[in-house]
Amino acid sequence: MPTKDTATPRLEVRKTYKLYIGGAFPRSESGRSYVVNDAKGKFLANASQASRKDARDAVVAARKAFGGWHARTAYNRGQVLYRIAEVMEGRHQQFSAEVAAGEGLSISKARAVVDASIDRWVWYAGWADKLAQVVGSSNPVAGPYFDFSLPEATGVVAVLAPQDSSLLGLTSVIAPAIVSGNTVVAVSSYERPLPAVTLGEVMATSDVPGGVVNILTGSASEIGPWLASHQDVNAIDLCGITSEDEARDLEIAAAGNLKRVRRPAEEDWTADQGLSRLTQYLELKTVWHPIGV
Amino acid sequence: MGRFEYAPAPESRAIVDIKSSYGLFVNGQFVDATDGKPFKTVSPASEEVLAEVSEAGPADVDKAVRAARKAYDKVWGPMSGKDRAKYLFRIARLVQERARELAVLESLDNGKPIRESRDVDIPLVAAHFFYYAGWADKLEYAGVGDDPRPWGVAGQVIPWNFPMLMLAWKIAPALAAGNTVVLKPAETTPLTALAFAEICQQADLPPGVVNIVTGAGRTGQALVEHWGVDKVAFTGSTEVGRAIAKSVAGTDKAVTLELGGKAANIVFEDAPIDQTIEGIVNGIFFNQGHVCCAGSRLLVQESVYDEVLARLKRRMGTLRVGDPLDKNTDIGAINSSAQLAKIRELSQIGEDEGAERWSPECELPSEGYWFPPTVFTGVSQAHRIAREEIFGPVLSVLTFRTPAEAVEKANNTPFGLSAGIWTDKGSRILWMANQLRAGVVWANTFNRFDPTSPFGGYKESGYGREGGRHGLEAYLAH
Repeated sequence: MPTKDTATPRLEVRKTYKLYIGGAFPRSESGRSYVVNDAKGKFLANASQASRKDARDAVVAARKAFGGWHARTAYNRGQVLYRIAEVMEGRHQQFSAEVAAGEGLSISKARAVVDASIDRWVWYAGWADKLAQVVGSSNPVAGPYFDFSLPEATGVVAVLAPQDSSLLGLTSVIAPAIVSGNTVVAVSSYERPLPAVTLGEVMATSDVPGGVVNILTGSASEIGPWLASHQDVNAIDLCGITSEDEARDLEIAAAGNLKRVRRPAEEDWTADQGLSRLTQYLELKTVWHPIGV
Repeated sequence: MGRFEYAPAPESRAIVDIKSSYGLFVNGQFVDATDGKPFKTVSPASEEVLAEVSEAGPADVDKAVRAARKAYDKVWGPMSGKDRAKYLFRIARLVQERARELAVLESLDNGKPIRESRDVDIPLVAAHFFYYAGWADKLEYAGVGDDPRPWGVAGQVIPWNFPMLMLAWKIAPALAAGNTVVLKPAETTPLTALAFAEICQQADLPPGVVNIVTGAGRTGQALVEHWGVDKVAFTGSTEVGRAIAKSVAGTDKAVTLELGGKAANIVFEDAPIDQTIEGIVNGIFFNQGHVCCAGSRLLVQESVYDEVLARLKRRMGTLRVGDPLDKNTDIGAINSSAQLAKIRELSQIGEDEGAERWSPECELPSEGYWFPPTVFTGVSQAHRIAREEIFGPVLSVLTFRTPAEAVEKANNTPFGLSAGIWTDKGSRILWMANQLRAGVVWANTFNRFDPTSPFGGYKESGYGREGGRHGLEAYLAH
């Protein structure tokens, strides 16, 4: 991002924005990119335009990462999420500039958005080792059995991230999915993808295993159908889809392997998140054992 | 050496009064269907016609949904949780009072052994109403926020394998949460649902709170797709579940689906052998194997394969197949001729694909729909009998060497409803339970159910849970 000229004019080094798949930063295999402008229509960068193949690669990476990630201790996953917040804090200025440019906010408002995003990672980090206590149960069955229910990650979650809220919205949909052990393929806001790419860079440098979060910049309308119909995706969040018809078609495609679907709805990303996004991507496992000597 | 034989010990039918024909139960009354043809429900054990039942068409479904809506708006919604609880307690008591009658009716209409309907199904039905009755005035303690609200009208479609138990699983939490319901029982097993309608009348449940529409797929579809339904709950095949998931796409309807399974029942070499054999038998032959969570894939550690198979076959030889109303019967009738045809077809495919088929010698009655307890050995993971839900008394046996291999084979299915583990080693049970991708894991037991215990699947076994606090949550918007 361009910063204000100081005393000595200097030609800045611009950045090539790439995808984030399996812990690496490839360009789109399609070779495509698209123009990203700021809120006033001024050129900011060319972003990689992810293709169907990129989406499939990302699902493969997410599946590969799932076993290890969901087998980690909840304590460890909480640490990793908190580490994301720490590393974001160090990039506060960069995020603020990208959010301000993309969403047309004043720099102070953009800073508040970044603050909220970082705080959200911290909030979700704290849930990692509490979910099982709040959502699980020990069941008093009528018989000589020990029987308990524990929440578990559902698997690979596809996320079509919000179009308007490019960082806080994105954070609010990724964090609740990964904190419980799911892995994510996220398609960023089409017009405001830059904070998502930077978030990918944060992931890469903050102990998040490669493949746990994969970020595709590009069109949710174009990539969404491939993710919705993908047989190795277990859940899909449609929140970035603004057309009712499109959302319906994606939900129909998702029924193919009975994906858990989060329908689009009016969302206030600044509000308290509650548990619903966390529990959306959980399965509950009930384990029985006889009691005796 | 000869075996002791059992004298017949039939349960009396005298306690049950089956009418020659039934209408639909809408708005507290039995009414004639307006646009569907009546159909007959038969006893699968004898093919005897038990009663004529109405088929609800779209207009009938519409009336039922409107009755449920009105009851929700005017009576059930505004009612205090305390009073809703008391109605549910009344229903639980009425089920207990009429337990024997309901058990006989269930066995007649479904074909399941009276031993199971009497000792498992009906007691669990009463238990579910008792359990959820207590929730009705405690919703704010259910852990779903301080303002949990019912969805409104619930449209519920249930299968034929546990007709009355599935009704209880659906209706008890729905009413406790404050919803009203329209329920469609399966076309082959409508009678206990209609008896339940009478129980609603005896309980003075306000008209419209519970509506029962009988019929087949067309009726179910009209119900699920009705605009006035806010919450859809379905238990049945994955195929129909998929169609329902598609049909509610783009609507505001909340959905829970309890679908098929292909459970692995995993036996380690240190398993307590006698209990394990009983567990295998219970896992696959309970309710003729008409159980979505049936342990239909037996995974046996290679070192004990010969012993387990020999003992299993010996035990299967003692299973008594026959009259469901005989109290000695272990395996009753297959629910319908269509289901029998499906079991036969898949078993034939098993043979054709090279698996070895074995059944104990048993004489099957000449009338009715019957299939002997059957085990397939030499089954590989690619065989259709190891992948598809047969929904009958057919067990496929595979082997494994290490716990990791057992996990891999167990999880190698698009389903994820249930699993079983048999071993003496506690740490291995916990490790296995962690690794298995299934909603219910039974260790050293199988096919246990309880109203306090959440039940439901991973992956293509559907979404949502029934039972416990989580089952209540499915009926609350929050």
